[in-house]
Amino acid sequence: MTSDVTMDPAVDVGSPTVGTARRRAVDSPGLLERLDARAKILGFVIFAVVVVTTPAHAGWAFVLYGLTLVFLAALARLSPLAVAKRLLVVVPFVVVVAVFLPSYHQEGRAILEWGPLRVTDRGLLVFWNAAAKALLATFGMVILGLTTHFQELVHGLGRLHVPRVFVLTLSFMHRYSHLFLEESRRMQRAMQSRNYQPTWLGQAPALGRMLGSLFLRSYSRGERVYVAMVSRGYEGTFPLAGDRRLRASDVVFLACLLAAAAAIRTAAALGSL
Amino acid sequence: MEAPAVSPTTPVPLRVAPRPETAPAVLVQGLSFAYPDGTRVLQDIDLRVEPGESLALVGPNGAGKSTFLLQLNGILRGTGRISVLGLALEPKNLREIRRRVGLVFQDPEDQLFLGTVGQDVAFGPANLGLSPEEIAQRVKEALEAVGMAGQEERSSHHLSFGQKKRVAVATVLSMRPDILALDEPTSNLDPKSRRRLIEILAALPVTKIVVTHDLPLAYELCERTVILDRGRVVADGPTEQILTDQRLLAEHDLELPYRFAGPAA
Repeated sequence: MTSDVTMDPAVDVGSPTVGTARRRAVDSPGLLERLDARAKILGFVIFAVVVVTTPAHAGWAFVLYGLTLVFLAALARLSPLAVAKRLLVVVPFVVVVAVFLPSYHQEGRAILEWGPLRVTDRGLLVFWNAAAKALLATFGMVILGLTTHFQELVHGLGRLHVPRVFVLTLSFMHRYSHLFLEESRRMQRAMQSRNYQPTWLGQAPALGRMLGSLFLRSYSRGERVYVAMVSRGYEGTFPLAGDRRLRASDVVFLACLLAAAAAIRTAAALGSL
Repeated sequence: MEAPAVSPTTPVPLRVAPRPETAPAVLVQGLSFAYPDGTRVLQDIDLRVEPGESLALVGPNGAGKSTFLLQLNGILRGTGRISVLGLALEPKNLREIRRRVGLVFQDPEDQLFLGTVGQDVAFGPANLGLSPEEIAQRVKEALEAVGMAGQEERSSHHLSFGQKKRVAVATVLSMRPDILALDEPTSNLDPKSRRRLIEILAALPVTKIVVTHDLPLAYELCERTVILDRGRVVADGPTEQILTDQRLLAEHDLELPYRFAGPAA
């Protein structure tokens, strides 16, 4: 996806590497970072839902949603480049929509006709609607992701009563993805060191074996981690320490964000602007 | 917690706390263990470790050393009897025994599974059902003991290997164990990190059982050494005596580093 998981291949696993999350925290000590993860999760998820339910023809409403998010990104002192790079995630989806959606909406006035391709104003509206909503919802999530440490995010989800299994899976995934990547990199190097010359067809069996052995290694790692957990008294329920109350600033943030979204949404419904 | 399996006529037995001066830290009698495929790993092991003692468990690869450690807190169960500070290793005592025996695994990555150092060290105490204040206090204490004070918020995967090893020790220290069981504590450490870890371990006032290939470590940290080979205890005595017996070491595929002089007398 984005560059989140790339690591400098020269960095060895034992050395203290500085991850992207940490760098972000250092670069942008903005207001949003200090907020409780729960307030941000709720705020941006509800914001996305409100955006998605807005009628497509209320074009200006989407502009206002966008401005709200730009304001928040500025408040958080996020670098526009970092945000833009992460927003590229939506491009493949939008392209797929662009390719397939207009052809399903043949009614309406034709704007462009080229062989079998017929683009109608109705189809374009659908496309614009999907693209704008995808972009805005992703924008919100990017702000959430850039202003919240992954652990806080996971913790916040747990406190919002997202089922434990999901929360734990996310947490373990985050913890062990680096080791997993490093392990696969080591195996690749070991293969290259023995003059493994990948040709397109010949590559498949070795790759399969590598994946198989990565699976086995991860599996036994999982078993060892479980034993380590049981040894420290794990009995099936996961303790989450650090019960923090929502502060006034968290509530104010959530209220303002939702009020802005609700105002724009209501205005769009009434068609008053 | 569990209803005692006694008839209503007998009085409910009081759980008598073991008298520390009489109960050995670990008492193993006739322990044998085989994996489900029939491979026999431990055979008829008898071992008595006194409170406060430091014991090195050495032996070639595959001798059963790590398997033995996993028996001590009931992760693996063989035949024979094990008791920890007078408490028999039985399902109803597992919770208490796992608090008393702190197992530190060879690969710290297995032991540090949560996001931050603080969360990992808090995991054990939280499982004990302690209050948040008490947990915070124990985390602080345990991290201080391993020279990682104030590092609660750091991500585990950003630590150096030596730091990971030390935090792994802290994750069990926070449960205030009576016995520390360490599997290869110095493996893969550079000399400086190794030195640091040895000093930290030496300063901990608990019973220690150290599985290691690092014989100089055994010399330094443990007054007593047991050699385990093919699942049997083949030697048990003062470290000095065992590690200077070159024939004994050679018989069990062990050797001290070349021209190792031993500690200055």
